[in-house]
Amino acid sequence: MEEPVQDIVTNLPPLGPAAGQPAGDPVEPATGEVVFHVQNTSIWYSAFKAVTDVSLTMYEREITAFIGPSGCGKTTVLRTLNRLNDLVAGARVEGQVNYRGQSLYAKDVSPIAVRRRIGMVFQKPNPFPKSIYDNVAWGCRVLGMKDNMDERVERALTQAALFDEVKDRLKASGLSLSGGQQQRLCIARAIAVEPDVVLMDEPASALDPIATQAIEQLMHQLKSEYTFLIVTHNMQQAARVADMTAFFSISRGGEGERWGELIEYDATEKIFTAPSDKRTEDYVTGRFG
Amino acid sequence: MAAVSTGQPKADLREPASWRRTKNRITTVLMVLSLVVVIIPLGFVLYTVIAKGASAISWSFLTSSIPPSVLPVGIGGIGPAVVGTLEITGLATVMAVPLGILGAIYLNEYGGRGPLARFIGVMADVMTGVPSIVMGLFIYSIWVLHFGYSGLAGAFALGALMLPIVIRSTDEMLRLVPDSLREGSYALGATKARVTLTVVLPAAVGGIVSGALLAVARAAGETAPLLFTILAVTSVNTNVFSGPNTSLPSQIFANASSPYVGAQGRGWGAALTLIAIAFILMIVARVITARFAKYTR
Repeated sequence: MEEPVQDIVTNLPPLGPAAGQPAGDPVEPATGEVVFHVQNTSIWYSAFKAVTDVSLTMYEREITAFIGPSGCGKTTVLRTLNRLNDLVAGARVEGQVNYRGQSLYAKDVSPIAVRRRIGMVFQKPNPFPKSIYDNVAWGCRVLGMKDNMDERVERALTQAALFDEVKDRLKASGLSLSGGQQQRLCIARAIAVEPDVVLMDEPASALDPIATQAIEQLMHQLKSEYTFLIVTHNMQQAARVADMTAFFSISRGGEGERWGELIEYDATEKIFTAPSDKRTEDYVTGRFG
Repeated sequence: MAAVSTGQPKADLREPASWRRTKNRITTVLMVLSLVVVIIPLGFVLYTVIAKGASAISWSFLTSSIPPSVLPVGIGGIGPAVVGTLEITGLATVMAVPLGILGAIYLNEYGGRGPLARFIGVMADVMTGVPSIVMGLFIYSIWVLHFGYSGLAGAFALGALMLPIVIRSTDEMLRLVPDSLREGSYALGATKARVTLTVVLPAAVGGIVSGALLAVARAAGETAPLLFTILAVTSVNTNVFSGPNTSLPSQIFANASSPYVGAQGRGWGAALTLIAIAFILMIVARVITARFAKYTR
């Protein structure tokens, strides 16, 4: 299968605080390579501007969290990164969205090739109406990774901390699992295809604290292999898991207009202890949102 | 009613007598009555057909050729009609079901809200409303006049009747497949064809199959479209593509309007056979639905 996305990190604009984006780049020097470089990006749904002028740089093998009130565009930005918003009629992206040096919205980029590199876990668990085994194996088959399927399935389920619970009933329906198990199955499904990045859209919002903890531990364990982006409503969760945190908020214009905006992006510790923007401080201290 | 125990009075949780309670009773009685009203004619139809047709049924009745109308029940049978119905309905199914499912896939997965998809949707609805005899006349004028009577012509007419039913029922089933499943599949880097074939269709297959079999059962019982397309014969015609044929509904129609007791008896037998075929199809539909629904819960 032809993969138009290139693995090169050339032709990137200079990084660091000197790049002239007050809310964009982090203060701390980055350790890994740049995975996503989003610059002056606005996202529209038909005539509605959902998010305006976002600039962000995300690094390899780090967990980046998007926090902010409902409707601020966190999920929209996330879904832009694997071109899943292409499925929404009228969705449109302006500005630069680079993945490892390649513009994601360039003409010759295939969204299918993009999604093969960038997996996703959704807010609501959405296992296929297939057996547990086939749920995990499906993605591998799609990508032509057909050898040692049993091993792949076992490894993915083990990484997702689910294998012990389901090893005796791999032929049972994925929908027969509990909510937390279903979500871990979806994580196993996403990592079975060995993606470069895993996007997580409020993966724990429908889960109990124990299942949430399991998923957070999972992210910590898998951090050495994958790059995670997590959207969350739960600030404690962001504080617990993320290396970097982006705070989004809603801005309002004169005539009832509203749009999402990136307020501040920095190391998680800084966002939660010494944010540089008043709005971030209000949000993380619970005065707003 | 006073509380029996000492101390605080018991909470009164009985439903208070009121107009609401009366309404509830009236509506319940009305619903039961409507159910009875619906079931009575169905019961009568089944009872009459079984009472009058069961005595005619035997293996030789189902396989022998059709005798002259004057002969009594017991001599000959309806073999050609059974064979004709299976041939013609089978051929119609082979033509209409795949086409209908593909059409519904286009409507739901590919066409979106585009003008072509909307046009096809409307046309399918219009086609559902076309009287079956008009469909028969249509095939008569464009096919039979040029190529003569044949099972194929009958299959065209039946297929044209089945097509909109299959499109609509499949469309409904595909619409029930949640978009979160499609998104989950796309997020793994699957192509649209892959998503449709290996996730969306399997998730809906139970409903699709039962919808298709209902359309088959409906078509198997159609008389009008066959009147102008297959004619009627008294011996088995195994070649569905050429020469006049016959079918159970046509045979029932012919025998019911015959003055001879023997012919009428064979008509009842044919009616029971047709109902049995429809019944078997329903059971098959149920079995297949249950089989494919294994992973949906």
